[in-house]
Amino acid sequence: MMALSGLSVSFDTAQALRDVSLQVPQGTRLGIVGESGSGKSMLGLSMMGMVPEAARVSGRIMLDGTDLSGASERLWRRHRARRVAMIFQEPMAALNPLQRLGDTVMEPLQVHLGLSRAAARTRALELFDEVGIPDPPARLRQYPHEISGGQRQRVLIALALSCDPALLIADEPTTALDAHVALRIIELLVDLAERRQMALVFISHDLAAVARATERIAVMYGGEIAEEGPTAAVLENPRHPYTRGLLGARPGIGGATPARGADGRRQRLPTIPGSVPPLSQLPAGCRFAGRCPVEMPHCADTRPAAYPLPGDRHAACHLLGAGA
Amino acid sequence: MTPLLEVRHVTRSYRMPRRSLLHPGPVLTAVQDVSFTLARGRTLGIVGESGSGKSTLARMIMAFEAPDTGEVRFDGHDLHSLGSADLRRLRRRFQMVFQDPWGSLDPRRTVAWSIAEPLRATGADALDRRVDEALVQVGLRPADGRKYPHEFSGGQRQRIAIARAIVTRPALLVADEAVSALDVSVQAQILNLLMDLQEELGLAMIFISHDLPVVACLADDMLVMRAGRPVETGATASLISAPKAEYTKSLLTAGGLMP
Repeated sequence: MMALSGLSVSFDTAQALRDVSLQVPQGTRLGIVGESGSGKSMLGLSMMGMVPEAARVSGRIMLDGTDLSGASERLWRRHRARRVAMIFQEPMAALNPLQRLGDTVMEPLQVHLGLSRAAARTRALELFDEVGIPDPPARLRQYPHEISGGQRQRVLIALALSCDPALLIADEPTTALDAHVALRIIELLVDLAERRQMALVFISHDLAAVARATERIAVMYGGEIAEEGPTAAVLENPRHPYTRGLLGARPGIGGATPARGADGRRQRLPTIPGSVPPLSQLPAGCRFAGRCPVEMPHCADTRPAAYPLPGDRHAACHLLGAGA
Repeated sequence: MTPLLEVRHVTRSYRMPRRSLLHPGPVLTAVQDVSFTLARGRTLGIVGESGSGKSTLARMIMAFEAPDTGEVRFDGHDLHSLGSADLRRLRRRFQMVFQDPWGSLDPRRTVAWSIAEPLRATGADALDRRVDEALVQVGLRPADGRKYPHEFSGGQRQRIAIARAIVTRPALLVADEAVSALDVSVQAQILNLLMDLQEELGLAMIFISHDLPVVACLADDMLVMRAGRPVETGATASLISAPKAEYTKSLLTAGGLMP
């Protein structure tokens, strides 16, 4: 469905993405996890052809066999909505506060698909029903401020689905929601992807959300993919030191470790030393150099390849290289 | 010995904006009949989703607002019947850390100035020495005090906010979503810092968050709230291993890594 190869996005002083290769086959669900500054949102925008104008882009973006590398905004606009659609973290910001929800959802149906107003209304009702919005006719007449955050996210999902995209990109779709509501939105996205044979790219900093929503996961750090593979395998047995650090730093429930040690001191969380450096100050070699607990002398200068690992996965770490 | 903090049957409601000219607005009960006690050096975790009343409860504990009924006793003093001078003196012993370090640090003042603010407000002396000490306690250097907030990362700004809260050497720290805006790896560093400070300074802590696993990793006891009401309370270990309320169970499932 969508394939990126060697995609790099640079600005004057910083490289936001370096040599990213990824495939999202039709009907599959890929998670992209990373902390702030990892490049995960830039990757999502690249897939939508929405990279800021000031950026230099190299590498290939293939959508369903069409090469869209360096494609014009005009060409991208033909693919957006109908082939690729996107939803964002803050549903309120993405909805026009002065427009009724019905008009918002009917607009792309009329503009992109050329439906009549009556046909668009019928389709909008079906879409609201499909994304689990109760009482669709009443909702069509409401304004964004009249419904809850979870319902707003459902409206945006309906909007994204309006032109039957083959790929849906969801950038932090559950971050602003309470845990229960977030769970239901994840269930909806998984269900929609399966029923419609639609590919889903789920971008989040939240490992628990990605674990539930996806089959494969790409862990990003410093504009690169540190590790990629089947979600369950990567989370159970992370191979990249960054993935290990990230999973370890996350408080778990009822783990094997006691809350307090024998001396009465509370058990500390494992941490990754330091913080994510600004993009302009990343090391030239492995991006994780300088924070890595198993760093070797050449790591900061030599870039590790994405070494293939058994089980259809790979990780970019020198320790996994030949003979290591 | 009296417990450090006693919250007895506090209730707080707000009048919502009126919907028509002739009728008063409806009343929203943000916190309804919540009680607990907190001993010196212990941590109580308060878990709840948005609208659970956890932040309203925090504001009443901090005496930023008064309960309609019930009382909050800090070291035996009923906070909401104290005169303003007495309350100001007592305030240095309970301090708060907020979610957003941007909102609580003045961008035009040096970090040292912001950290010293609660000391000035409570009329303490030897400001510089105390500020330096607080900076070191949160893992920063005294020289960092001469910088401005924008020169720090999000995690460092939260360290500064914590330094400001502990500079008065409080007995109680109230942290409302203090790590929620941080990345996972930075969040772990700040949680560890809070544990360090608690052990070194003998701090009691009220740690409020929507994130149950985060609360569970540092709370001795937990209070689960929903729509203003206490749902379940108990020692963290037993609440995690044998939750009684369905709501607690569902929060545990929602927070787990595996479905």
